[in-house]
Amino acid sequence: MSAVLPTQRTEIQKSARRSQWRTYGLAYGMLLPAVVIIGLLFGGGMVLAFLQSIGAIGILGAGNISLSAYQAALSNPEFIRSLGLSLYIAIVATGASTILSIALAMALRKAGRWASVACQITLPIPHLVGIAGILLLLSPSGLISRLFYAIGLIQSDQDFPLLVNDSANVGVLLHFLWKEIPFMTLILLAVLRGINPAYEMQARALGASPWQCFWNVTLPMMKSGILSSSLIVFGYIFSSFEVPFLLGSTRPRTLPVLVYRAFTDSDLTRRPEAIALGIILSILSILIIVAYSWVISRDRQSESGV
Amino acid sequence: MKNIKNLLLILITVVLFLPFLPLLIWSFAKGWYFPQLIPEQWTLQHWIQLLLPTTRVVEGLLQSLAIAFMTTLLSLLVGLPAGRAIGLMEFPGKAALKLFLLTPIIVSPLATLMGIQFVLIRLGLNGTIPGVILVHLMPTIPYMTLVLASVFANFDPSYEIQARSLGASPMQVFSQVTLPLIAPGLVVGALFAFLISWNEFLLTFFVGAGRVFTLPMVLFTLLQGGNNGLIAAVAITSVIPGLLFLLVSSKALQNEVTLGGLGNV
Repeated sequence: MSAVLPTQRTEIQKSARRSQWRTYGLAYGMLLPAVVIIGLLFGGGMVLAFLQSIGAIGILGAGNISLSAYQAALSNPEFIRSLGLSLYIAIVATGASTILSIALAMALRKAGRWASVACQITLPIPHLVGIAGILLLLSPSGLISRLFYAIGLIQSDQDFPLLVNDSANVGVLLHFLWKEIPFMTLILLAVLRGINPAYEMQARALGASPWQCFWNVTLPMMKSGILSSSLIVFGYIFSSFEVPFLLGSTRPRTLPVLVYRAFTDSDLTRRPEAIALGIILSILSILIIVAYSWVISRDRQSESGV
Repeated sequence: MKNIKNLLLILITVVLFLPFLPLLIWSFAKGWYFPQLIPEQWTLQHWIQLLLPTTRVVEGLLQSLAIAFMTTLLSLLVGLPAGRAIGLMEFPGKAALKLFLLTPIIVSPLATLMGIQFVLIRLGLNGTIPGVILVHLMPTIPYMTLVLASVFANFDPSYEIQARSLGASPMQVFSQVTLPLIAPGLVVGALFAFLISWNEFLLTFFVGAGRVFTLPMVLFTLLQGGNNGLIAAVAITSVIPGLLFLLVSSKALQNEVTLGGLGNV
């Protein structure tokens, strides 16, 4: 066995480092098109929107840089109520979807292929089609109301409870549940099927009750799948426009509807305010992602710390 | 136990189908007034109306299809290498880059859109189909990347190395080894990209500036009116392409690896 000379050793280390950097370079190169497109469109769009909102660039001419648009946006009496409504809808719809999807995924776990097929039904349905269906189903002259009349539950369409464009946004919530529960269940079914059943069998063999087994073994293994899918659903609902616009209450309006209204206002001087509102909406969503990644990284740390 | 599960499945299917029931009835109904449970007269007039140029349904359908196909193709081209890098390789900043690629599907596009519009106007792309395709890439690339990253995370690159060492060209390796192995992921990624583009209203509305007229624009405009029969016929038409795509890709959707990616952000 010949000894490796120190100079040879550094050569080997150098070439190993070179090949590692080549791998990194390759990976970055492969990610480049996606990162550039998202960076330019999304990141660039955000920066330009911000510059417009402070008056650095704009349709009404560049010049006076000020935060007056933000002042106007935040002092808009509707702002706080809209924010509250947006949060209410997103939290209730995401929370209910998450809990029901977990239950449904557990119930359908061993139900075979048909369970996934059933959950796929609403996947290709555009939101606007769902909105049309819900309107014609739940409005005072909708199908359910006619059904209630036919069996004598109500005497006229006036007696039917207001479920669309109502102050509690029941129609909006029902639409999101109808659309998002199958989507989440589909993801959670895939997560469940990827879990090694040996852990659960072992827990059961060691005397855990079905509930203990679910709470202490299955649920922790599903945790990252639950967090990811609920993040996607929450982000979607929080920034959704069409559903609250067409099915929701008219006052207060959700934040995206408020932004849309301000932006399409015939008064062009309201543009900076609309953009400022949009920026505030984006910052809130980004804060949600930051909080999410903080939870995830803390989780992974505590896992690797064990 | 098995019966309860089947009952549950039937119940879910019925509830999920419920909003389609009034759509189906309305699309064939003539003057369906409250409190009639079933229309007294049936008609094909709403379906015939779809073909008239005044309703702009055919125009919207064709533009939607063109945009969705181009968006799907481009996001496949961009998402394939990105998904491979995230799924198969280790490099510094991977988690941050992954989260960054995900922002467009979690952060509202409303503010971004106003900045993008500013640029597209100057580039002459505002109100054009290429401009709309470009902004549709924002939500489709993240889904495509996520699904493919998950597929590549379960992909064994030694098959490729073996094929190479047996004398296959890089092109042959890709078409005969890699492609068949990642096919379910490609199909599911393409399905999501197609559906998102097909579904998209707000991005098209702003960037299309009224000149790009997709099916969601037709439906959105109709929904603010009150012609329920026509709304129903257009709504059902809007479902067909996605449903066909779903039927083709249903088998790939059963593959837990492809959807598992969405559970692993």
